[in-house]
Amino acid sequence: MGRIIINNIIRFVILIMLQVALFKNIGYYNLATPFPYILFLFLLPIGTPNLVLYAIAFLTGLTVDAFYDTIGIHAAACVAFVWLRIFFHKITLEADVVNSFETPTWSEMGFKWYSTYIVLGTLAHHLVLYLVEVFSFQNILYTLTSVGLSSVFTIVVIFIIGVLTYKRKSRLGI
Amino acid sequence: MKNLWLFLVRYNAFFWFILFFVLSIFLVVRNNNFQRTSFVNSSNIVTGSFYKNVNSWKSYLALSSTNEELALENAKLRQQLENYIGRDTLERVSFADSIDTGRYEFIVAAVVNNSIHQKSNFLTLDKGSNDGVELGMGVITSNGVVGSVLNVSPHFSTVKSLLHPDTKISVTLDSTADAFGSLVWGNNTDSRYAMIRDIPNHIKVYTGQAVFTSGYSTLYPKGIKVGHIVESGITSGESFKDIRILLTTNFSNLSHVYIVKDKLAIEKIELEATNKDNG
Repeated sequence: MGRIIINNIIRFVILIMLQVALFKNIGYYNLATPFPYILFLFLLPIGTPNLVLYAIAFLTGLTVDAFYDTIGIHAAACVAFVWLRIFFHKITLEADVVNSFETPTWSEMGFKWYSTYIVLGTLAHHLVLYLVEVFSFQNILYTLTSVGLSSVFTIVVIFIIGVLTYKRKSRLGI
Repeated sequence: MKNLWLFLVRYNAFFWFILFFVLSIFLVVRNNNFQRTSFVNSSNIVTGSFYKNVNSWKSYLALSSTNEELALENAKLRQQLENYIGRDTLERVSFADSIDTGRYEFIVAAVVNNSIHQKSNFLTLDKGSNDGVELGMGVITSNGVVGSVLNVSPHFSTVKSLLHPDTKISVTLDSTADAFGSLVWGNNTDSRYAMIRDIPNHIKVYTGQAVFTSGYSTLYPKGIKVGHIVESGITSGESFKDIRILLTTNFSNLSHVYIVKDKLAIEKIELEATNKDNG
């Protein structure tokens, strides 16, 4: 339990630093920008209480907002993402998995589940992010293009991180 | 009562979502209204010093080009000084200002954080209220305008860049001093270009013509070169035209900027405020 918390704190610090120092400067004008810091929210343990999830997501969003000078926008997107996360876990996971408190990584959950999870979650997060940022339905096509391209960018970065940190499961159960 | 409680518990994910989402949206809206005076921004001490550290490493990469820029500016200033001294022996120099020391003072600051890919772009500088920076001051670089100061903390300040939808700068065209318009980023996604709005249709412009600040506001001194016209045939309304210009400021590679302190700003603003009382 203590190790899970420490792992998550380390993951949070590394991902936020990468986001604000590296990925903030990468982008195709303001059409496509990667936001791989949301991987932290993806990898919070299964079965974390809802209120804790929302609070963590809100604070994560505010932290990123502080660096981007966009108060509330990332917070809103992260909160919306967590709603989808809770819904997704509820309809796809068995009851015993839900109480296991495991980290939903690629190696734990398998590629099919993990990829669906990442793609849907990223799309939801980016859709809310860009809609709240623009705050109108004018130029909706341009906004949706941004959402699509940025999602592709983020998903690619998340999968690269996934490949780099892939741990094969021990078949002997040790 | 018990049923209501069960209902709330059963759909708790949704209700928490509503609560947190409304809180976020509230922050966004409040922030837009009050011009981001909230303390959670990149001029506060934690994020400011983080960016300062990152920047102290990053600045080494651009060291040679920064040096070159500063040397060029030195040469230009030396040349101006030379002219000035040369003229001084022949005739008395008369200042256009009412005070001897000059109207503007410049504070040198290093850019510790910069963005050009957002919809609204900001910079963070390593000078704050301890160094005399105040809200609303103009920021320029050796070859163009940058923006205006938005937030100030003791050691840092954030700047609303020209690449921000709310920024408007009063400019004039070369050779036709009576035509003035406002410089905005417009619908651009490219940090190299900007638009000039509200130039009357009868004014003749040509490609390559230089654009200067007008000096009508207290933010920027008169006559700073802003850019060159690249496209002039865009008509926006009946009697005004839009002009696209190539900025002389290179926003993707800012390292040192000057914060403009106008010593006569208060006097000018107070005088202009009396106009409203009469009108």
